[in-house]
Amino acid sequence: MPTHNTSPNPHRPPNDARFYAALGVLGGFYVLVIVALLLADLAYMATSDATEAGWMPDVARRISPWPAVARAPANVLVNLLAALAKPEIRYAIVLSLVSCTITAIVSLWVAVPLGYVLARVPFRGRGLVDLILDIPIVLPPLVLGLSLLILFQFSPRAVREAVVYQVPAVILAQFVVACAFAVRTMQATFQLIDPRREQVALTLGCNRAQAFWRVVLPESKRGIITAGTLAWARALGEFGPLLIFAGATRMKTEVLSTTVFLELSIGNLPAAVAVSMIMIVAAAVVLAIMRLAGSREWIL
Amino acid sequence: MITLENVAIEQGEFRLTDVSFSIPAGAYGVLMGATGSGKTTILEAVCGLRPVAGGRILLPAGDVTHLRPSERDLGYVPQDGVLFPSMTVAEHLAFALHLRRWPAAAIRRRVGELAAMFAIEPLLPRRPPGLSGGERQRVALGRALAFRPSVLCLDEPLSALDSGTRQRMYSLLQNVCRQTGVTVLHVTHSRREARRLGDTLLRLHDGKVVRDAATAPRNPQTEA
Repeated sequence: MPTHNTSPNPHRPPNDARFYAALGVLGGFYVLVIVALLLADLAYMATSDATEAGWMPDVARRISPWPAVARAPANVLVNLLAALAKPEIRYAIVLSLVSCTITAIVSLWVAVPLGYVLARVPFRGRGLVDLILDIPIVLPPLVLGLSLLILFQFSPRAVREAVVYQVPAVILAQFVVACAFAVRTMQATFQLIDPRREQVALTLGCNRAQAFWRVVLPESKRGIITAGTLAWARALGEFGPLLIFAGATRMKTEVLSTTVFLELSIGNLPAAVAVSMIMIVAAAVVLAIMRLAGSREWIL
Repeated sequence: MITLENVAIEQGEFRLTDVSFSIPAGAYGVLMGATGSGKTTILEAVCGLRPVAGGRILLPAGDVTHLRPSERDLGYVPQDGVLFPSMTVAEHLAFALHLRRWPAAAIRRRVGELAAMFAIEPLLPRRPPGLSGGERQRVALGRALAFRPSVLCLDEPLSALDSGTRQRMYSLLQNVCRQTGVTVLHVTHSRREARRLGDTLLRLHDGKVVRDAATAPRNPQTEA
């Protein structure tokens, strides 16, 4: 009777090297594109002569004879400082920080209960609500801004004048998009938490609210941080809806994303790139926070 | 005591009807059944975690059929213990007591008693990650019994433990039942476990709960 170990039957599938090479090429290509974008911005700022900074001609004069190795970082610094010196840009930075933080906090206040309901409470029409919550994510941003504008056409005049093309419009436009991301993150967070923990809490004497506060929330801290920073980052990058609904009025509704647009439209490329670098650094800090919060239990 | 009268439970396609049994007060009741037969469903219905479609459930707290789990005065230990990852063992033991607004000194005393009863004093400041299976089950038991419930529901509490730990747990569970006078409903698929522990043996078969033929007063000397 034939057995499995009579004669050696060596089998060799093709080498894995080609598989890894294909993965490397496809994935690596995209990573390289991203890195190239960042390096291009940096290179532009390093090589755009500080004389273009306009108001610092004596600094430019002193930098220009330096060797390229020292001139590059000096140029980057001068261009950054020149951008920061403009009051409009300083205003935009402050408004960005304030509006993004408010948006993130309000988004969390909505996303935590909504995410919990979606993850735990079976109700009729849940599929529909799920679909509706995807809309801000997939809708073209300009359409979102236009819809906000039209919505407020139906509101009382006093409300309209207080919101449209004013600072509240900035926060509202950011919130509509950022919250959708926060809800999805919180829904995933709560879905990952074993519902049996709440069941045990109920038998120990909790009502549903107590089970939520005492058992579910402490375990969701990392998810909440992730949702909050995601909302913050999304709000920072929001442009289309802001442009249409809040306008891009300097010293009023200008935020960093519209600053890039405005500086570009008046032909000031170094300033536009400088502000872009500021936003890239902000995004990097946010990313670092998200990674830190996601990697280990640093809040226990 | 734990009494079920003609209880019907529906869960999607799965249904149980006319489930009736009774466990006397202070007795150790064991419900045996094959995996998937519905014994966990019955246990969850007793705890109030699953709605019943008909019949009555009577506990020392009264007719609890329509009461919330928090109102049934029972302790529940699910499979794998299900501890709270962000809390220390001491916080687990004190959890139900904080809810009931016990004074801080009384809570401290009770936590000490429980830690001694379950031999988990050295574990009090630790958190669940890193505890062994036996330790987790003891913490889960302590948490469930902290507020002195009249009923204790256990869902296959020993299936994940090695045989040495399991033997120690048999003695612990019997002692706890005797010392506290709590009525126990212990669900398992192991006949040996049932024989070892149960005063009242019940079997779930084909959707019906029957008294197991081998029910007899336990003699601790004949069961080593």
